[in-house]
Amino acid sequence: MQILYFAWVREKIGRAGDDIALPPGVTDIAGLMRHLAALSPGHAAAFANPTAIRAAINQDFARPEDAVTNGDEVAFFPPVTGG
Amino acid sequence: MARIAVQEAEFDVSAETALLTAGRRDIGAVASFIGICRADDGLAAMVLEHYPAMTERAMQKIAAEAQSRWPLTGCTLIHRVGRLEPGAPIVLVLTASAHRQAALESCAFLMDWLKTKAPFWKREEFTQGAARWVEARAEDDAAAQKW
Repeated sequence: MQILYFAWVREKIGRAGDDIALPPGVTDIAGLMRHLAALSPGHAAAFANPTAIRAAINQDFARPEDAVTNGDEVAFFPPVTGG
Repeated sequence: MARIAVQEAEFDVSAETALLTAGRRDIGAVASFIGICRADDGLAAMVLEHYPAMTERAMQKIAAEAQSRWPLTGCTLIHRVGRLEPGAPIVLVLTASAHRQAALESCAFLMDWLKTKAPFWKREEFTQGAARWVEARAEDDAAAQKW
């Protein structure tokens, strides 16, 4: 599945995304964040405070309890600041 | 019914207003909002990042919500991305309706929702070389929730 990072999440991780296979047992956004946090020190820093991170599944805003599947595009980013 | 654009280039308010009202005789009011980059605390520039695959889709949803709540003949949402210096326009919202109340209210609504429900992020660059990501403001969330 395609994982995308934006703004300071991208900067802390040091790249714009990851292409991963959804590991067994990871079923939702919250679980996916815990999995990604273990990938590298940069990931750990980015996901240190999950409540500071927002997510989207297939280009729609998602909540921590929303389900993810292997074909999804999932994005992680800070709360938006446009306008 | 909604014209949505995400672009680096500056927008032309007169041309956009003409486009919104062209060929119509039922519009009695056009409301506009232009957001402009402000030079707070020695700001040199603002760099706007977005999530290209999601941005226009999110803006279409916001526009559809406005059109379901107010009797609009049309609306325009244009958001710039990239590096913008103080004084540069960032965002344009135009709403058109038969009467002013719908135009004015929906224009305010669209801005409140654009700030909190479209995937844009602002990074501030300062004259001394420092840079920081703008943090979301609780006031903006409260403004979006009041509608």
